[in-house]
Amino acid sequence: MGYTAGFEPAILPSNARQAHMEMHDTPIIDKGGYVMLGSDDYLLRMMAANNDQESINNYVAWTITHSQAIGVKVVNPGGINAFKFNQRKLDLDEKNSFYGVTPREILLRLARAVKELGIPHPLHVHGCNLGVPGNMDTTLDTMDGIGGLPMHMTHIQFHSYGTEGDYKFSSGAAEIAEAINRHKNITVDVGQILFGQTVTASGDSMHQHAGHAHAHPNKWVTMDIECDAGCGVLPFKYKDQSFVNALQWMIGLETFLLVEDPWRIFLTTDHPNGAPFTSYPHLIRLLMDKTFRNEVLSRLHPEAQKASRLASIDREYSLYEIAIMTRAGAAKLVGLADRGHLGVGGAADITVYTDHADREKMFSKPDYVFKDGRMVVKDGDLIDVTWGTTHVVKPEYDKSIETSLKGYFDKYLTMKMGNFKISDDEIVDDGRGSLTIQPLHKGGPV
Amino acid sequence: MTEKVEEGVWQDVPSPFCGIASDDLTVSVKGQKVSVLENGDAYTASGFETPVTDKAPRVNGKVVTLAVAVEHTARLINNSKQTVISGLATDLNGARAAMALADKSRATIDHMNSVESFKNTLVLQDTGWMNTTLSEVKNRVDMLLIVGSDIEAGFPRFFERIIWPEDTLFGQDIESRDVIYLGKGPSGRASTSPEGKKAEVMLCDDADLPEVLSILRALVAGRAINAVDIGGIAVTDLARLAARLKAAKYSVVTWAASMLDFDHAEVSVQMVCEMVKDLNTKTRSSGLPLGGKDGEVTVNQVAVWQSGYPMRTNFNRGYPDYDPYLSDSLRMLKDDEVDTLLWVSSFDIERKAPASKAVTVVIGRSGMSFDSEPAVFIPVGIPGIDHSGRAFRSDGVVSLPLRQLRNSGLPSTFDVLSAIEKAL
Repeated sequence: MGYTAGFEPAILPSNARQAHMEMHDTPIIDKGGYVMLGSDDYLLRMMAANNDQESINNYVAWTITHSQAIGVKVVNPGGINAFKFNQRKLDLDEKNSFYGVTPREILLRLARAVKELGIPHPLHVHGCNLGVPGNMDTTLDTMDGIGGLPMHMTHIQFHSYGTEGDYKFSSGAAEIAEAINRHKNITVDVGQILFGQTVTASGDSMHQHAGHAHAHPNKWVTMDIECDAGCGVLPFKYKDQSFVNALQWMIGLETFLLVEDPWRIFLTTDHPNGAPFTSYPHLIRLLMDKTFRNEVLSRLHPEAQKASRLASIDREYSLYEIAIMTRAGAAKLVGLADRGHLGVGGAADITVYTDHADREKMFSKPDYVFKDGRMVVKDGDLIDVTWGTTHVVKPEYDKSIETSLKGYFDKYLTMKMGNFKISDDEIVDDGRGSLTIQPLHKGGPV
Repeated sequence: MTEKVEEGVWQDVPSPFCGIASDDLTVSVKGQKVSVLENGDAYTASGFETPVTDKAPRVNGKVVTLAVAVEHTARLINNSKQTVISGLATDLNGARAAMALADKSRATIDHMNSVESFKNTLVLQDTGWMNTTLSEVKNRVDMLLIVGSDIEAGFPRFFERIIWPEDTLFGQDIESRDVIYLGKGPSGRASTSPEGKKAEVMLCDDADLPEVLSILRALVAGRAINAVDIGGIAVTDLARLAARLKAAKYSVVTWAASMLDFDHAEVSVQMVCEMVKDLNTKTRSSGLPLGGKDGEVTVNQVAVWQSGYPMRTNFNRGYPDYDPYLSDSLRMLKDDEVDTLLWVSSFDIERKAPASKAVTVVIGRSGMSFDSEPAVFIPVGIPGIDHSGRAFRSDGVVSLPLRQLRNSGLPSTFDVLSAIEKAL
């Protein structure tokens, strides 16, 4: 499809080594990952003990450095940890039963750490109450509550639900989009759903467990992981004649079309949770072609059609807007100084498509893909295999933090601190891999 | 990271031999001789200390250069109608090289521990599970139920490292932890608490364990049971156990698939996993399968992320084709479906290729002896002793960096398999 970089959005520190092994085995594309914090016992202990922001910054910088990541993600802040104490939900201001810490406090501490350390990618947030009808209020509260700090809210579609109507499930996209337009510190990706079979994989063990009755087919896995995080994997089938699924599809598209600034909204399907990423060309057509969009819409659950204003939205994305949303904006958001543009110093990652009225057809098969200046695809066929680099940031931290971390690893965990750290050599590995350290922004106290 | 603390002494060395990847070993290296000074057990001591003997490859019993052995092996594969690459006791890069070779030569891959690991894999594929990892168990478990397994016989340091730590994160008094054996009892005293509290034991024969487990699950689910006795265990005792599991805040149910030595043990594993799911309706409970020796978890992980499938996958049609029955290497060898067997065994000299009519190439740890000389023997180094590497532990989440501790001059499995692939 012509993409030349991919980012793993939720790497558990304790499992980061595996994430890098898998990315290492993926040819051609550049890669990188966001390390997951916010349900790890080390951070929650620090917060319960009311440690100062500087110690938290040191811990965040240490973790991102030694798990070889480029950003920080938080998933259901504190909720994965709360599930281990048998809490089944955790609202924005609800306390973890052991630590007494709330999701709002976790978000503020981590967003501040990311900003103060100068990490370019804003804190990447999978918010509270994923998939729960009425969660739009939590989402609006989360945006207001971050106090102007940069924050990326991921798969916002799954967090934009109201409780109106006969089904007690309605679209909150208009209010959410209005809030995004107003808060210039907020970026989002949509997490569009598309119909058919997929599998959902998430660090949010709490909500994956809560949703297990919807697994299709009926098999599922969850895990509590290393006093660090958790995960859950459930197969799922989105059906166009289901009221809820049809409305989810509409909510995603409403969000795309109502958010004005293409530099602050990104094209995702929350792969594979909303749909596999291979459906991007189809999604681009839905955004660029109103006639096609309304034709698909007219075949969906009739009550859902009545509950959505999608049919009345005339906007069609331009090619420039698609280029921003999928390339230039994305590279800027992640903090890749040398990608996503054709200016001086830019790596020559270039994809060429032939203009075609059917945008799905156009974006399914590029004419040419150049990776770092080398042609790897011609007329849609792979002609060369290269191995991309791993993008990281290396924020500074006070080395004295290792004294308390070493004690923590020795006492409570089951591996040594030194063995946790992923060396640069491991990324280079058999010679195919390489490390690209991206520049930090200006940090400092906020 | 493994550190050299003085000449010839290394600390924080991870064990690639014990399954739970204990990484607190102190190891001394004098020339070619390796000794575990601290925190060894039966598996790690013999793993580290088995001496290097032969370093020269052999073809039909004659000493040859590595290049000749590689060329000969490539010819055997080129002329083969069905190659099986099995054993696969290796590390990350050995597994990657095995996958690449299997893909190119259209071979079938399998692992020496597949009979055991499939008792878990089939359950993961069919209904899934709710599992946990070692650090969570160390800090949270309040009740440990051990099913059909004498854990300390296979995992000597499990209790010391995971169940009886000095401190836990949440202020739990570890003496309050309950350990209960169902099926087999313990062979030693590792499961006894530091202050002497003994594990409870509910014995039954392996043959009765499937029924005992199904009754226990039924009791957890609140079903009425008419029987009074199952395999020698009173149903009232099982009912009490069910009640305690429901009352526990973080119970952990563990088993070692290698010790569930009866037909269709996967059905019993499934019974346990579904019971754990039922318990989680109200409280927290998790499964903990123990295994992971001989690179078993590492190799399955690599196969899954590269091909989508675990072991017992063949590449004959040019794409990964998974079939746990048709591509069971032991069955294939027994039924004479294999003409060439590549057996990789870089950890343990006792893990040898199964006897068969296939022409056998052994890529094995130096020091192996054979009842009948294989067509080719290529001695290789051990990951974490002779070369660096990475290995997954039992829970499939944590992997550890292995460091080179001595210079034996032996090639790695990755080197040898990659050379064979190139020579095809």
